[in-house]
Amino acid sequence: MTQTRLPLNQHEIDEFGKELDEIYEETIQSLGTKDERYIKRLIAIQRSMALISRLVIFASLVFLPTWLDHALVSWITFYSIVGIGVFFLAISKILENMEISHNVMHGQWDWMRDPEINSTVWEWDHASPADQWKKTHNVVHHTWTNVLYKDHDVGYGLLRVSSEQKWRPRYLLQPLYNIILAIFFEWGIGIQEMNWKKFFSGTAEQKTHFSFVFRRFRAKAARQIMKDYVLWPLLSGPFFFYVAGANALANILRNIWTNIIIFCGHFPDDVYVFKKEDVEGETRSSWYLRQLLGSANIKGGRLFSIMTGNLNHQIEHHLFPDMPSNRYPQVAHRVKALCDRYGLPYNTGSFIRQYGTTTWKIWRLAFPGGNTEPSNQRAVDVR
Amino acid sequence: MTKSVKTLKQRFMSLIDLMATPLTLSHYIELVNPLWVSHKLQAEVVDVWDETKSSRTLTLRPGRNWRTHRAGQYIRVGVPIDGKHFTRTYSISSAPERRDGFITITVKVLDGGRMSRHLVRNVKKGAYLPIGLPQGDFVLPQAAPTLPLFITAGSGITPIMSMLRNYAVVGNVPDIVHIHYAPHAYDVIFGKELKQYAEKYQGLYHYHPIFTRELGYRTSKERHFNAEQIESLCPDWRERDVWACGPQSLLDSLEEFFKENGREQHLHTERFLAARANLSGDESGGVVTFDEMKVEANGTTPLLRVLEDAGMNPDHGCRMGICRSCDRTLKSGRVRDLRTGAIIEESDSVVQICICAAAGDCELS
Repeated sequence: MTQTRLPLNQHEIDEFGKELDEIYEETIQSLGTKDERYIKRLIAIQRSMALISRLVIFASLVFLPTWLDHALVSWITFYSIVGIGVFFLAISKILENMEISHNVMHGQWDWMRDPEINSTVWEWDHASPADQWKKTHNVVHHTWTNVLYKDHDVGYGLLRVSSEQKWRPRYLLQPLYNIILAIFFEWGIGIQEMNWKKFFSGTAEQKTHFSFVFRRFRAKAARQIMKDYVLWPLLSGPFFFYVAGANALANILRNIWTNIIIFCGHFPDDVYVFKKEDVEGETRSSWYLRQLLGSANIKGGRLFSIMTGNLNHQIEHHLFPDMPSNRYPQVAHRVKALCDRYGLPYNTGSFIRQYGTTTWKIWRLAFPGGNTEPSNQRAVDVR
Repeated sequence: MTKSVKTLKQRFMSLIDLMATPLTLSHYIELVNPLWVSHKLQAEVVDVWDETKSSRTLTLRPGRNWRTHRAGQYIRVGVPIDGKHFTRTYSISSAPERRDGFITITVKVLDGGRMSRHLVRNVKKGAYLPIGLPQGDFVLPQAAPTLPLFITAGSGITPIMSMLRNYAVVGNVPDIVHIHYAPHAYDVIFGKELKQYAEKYQGLYHYHPIFTRELGYRTSKERHFNAEQIESLCPDWRERDVWACGPQSLLDSLEEFFKENGREQHLHTERFLAARANLSGDESGGVVTFDEMKVEANGTTPLLRVLEDAGMNPDHGCRMGICRSCDRTLKSGRVRDLRTGAIIEESDSVVQICICAAAGDCELS
């Protein structure tokens, strides 16, 4: 077992867990008007940004050389204005998906008892229907974090991200899959709940479940496609393809950014993976420990934190998934010091380090062998 | 023909909403003006006015999807306190269909009342409050002419004020007797306006304020409602329909009195706290298990309040056992319905936590 190789006995692990409980309780007790204002203002900013950037994309059409003839018409003005529109549409989608929806659907804002901003009714601008995502993400990923063959987010059934995963020839092309997955990340997450194997070889019940999941996904996907690739483009009349292209670009930018940040959460060097045996009879405190060892942070400022949905504080998010994300930065100091005191690794690094080691891992593990065992594990190994 | 036009409009609107997926057009309209939205109902606080030292009238401009109330009805009002959303019900004190389209609610600070204190002291002009549509059947009959007898106390004046103002606006004031209880003359909410009505509608509106704690009166008990009092102030009470609103003690004695005289069907009451059974006060509580938390509760405080004091925020609405927003399931143990004193101990019973207290250890989910 990985945990027992750490320089902590069960009593110390329990004490560590209790201290984390206290940090959580203290923070939850201190929630108030400031936090409410934060999320409500962010939602208003995000919605305004989404609307205005779509209007900017429309405005850019006025500068198309193929249409009007006035002094400002040129490809340069067109591209720079449409570029601004696409950039901010992507930013608004990133804010919506990461700092707002991901966290609302975790129940982080349920304490407000707001009729709209709560995990039971929230739906997001994403291909995955909220209820299915809440199952694959909140239930499966957050419970079984980094447990091989349990947590689907370990490689998404597509990539070999740990040397513990058995190598197969199909992994040879995984650097390519990774790029494709990044571009279409939204859709990859959208179909995550669908178990295709069960559809072909499962029981009748599993097949019924599959078709239920499929129909819900299809309905959500249809609305998403209608919005970005049919209705808004149609509104521009003859410039259908310009607007559809701009929207596609914004969606892809969002997909790539979320993919990068999420990969940095669990795949950089020195992140631990676990086996099913490791989690048998796991206590709350050992669960905390697994969350800590299985996650990695990215260093960055306030703006970076908001743009990553505070998933740059992946460790804090995994320890306290339903704590409002705007509190992670302040909690991070305490968690880090706590780990230091108990001699536990706290995986954090620059964006370059975390994404660099993730990318290197994906390239290296395309081939047989490799060793992704955390180096700090060896460092603290007492056996 | 009109039907197909309407569905066409609806289809058009659903296309527009599709462009706002996963939201609706209304969510973007909210960015411009929260009152124009259709997905929820909010009201803007356009004015605040202190009626007495502990009560304040809030003038509200309701959103576009408001529908007009009948005099005497109440609304749900939501306010975030420390970031948490709370809901209470308040009677509308303004006449229906005011020219400016505004409504007013008048709130009195209750002892230990978080929401009432917040509304009276902290809510400022320009704030937006979530509200509900008008509800309640404490209203005057629409057609039949009636001879009303109004009996009110303290902030129980508010629904009656809406009725009086309605009479004044429409101009068909019937023969009204109004008995109003307040501690002192300066405590009377709308006191000046009531006096004005009494002068303006002499012979029609008979206003009898009773000050229960005014200096010179021996004991306030004698000033409370009693048979001699109603005989002297309103000798024809047997011919009148009664609308009464006030604290439970007043409503209880009214109910008793009218029942004794066989006229209980002519008594209409409005309560803003559910009537409580007479408990001895030494009912024992227990440990409540709720959402994996254990909380010590006494036998007379509603579970909702107990859980809130313990830092939780369970779903709730009216807090008086009506709306069933707070329904929970009893997993084990005993609770007491404070309205009747009845014990609920059948497991899997639905428990309205706003009006039930612990009667021993209990577990809810």
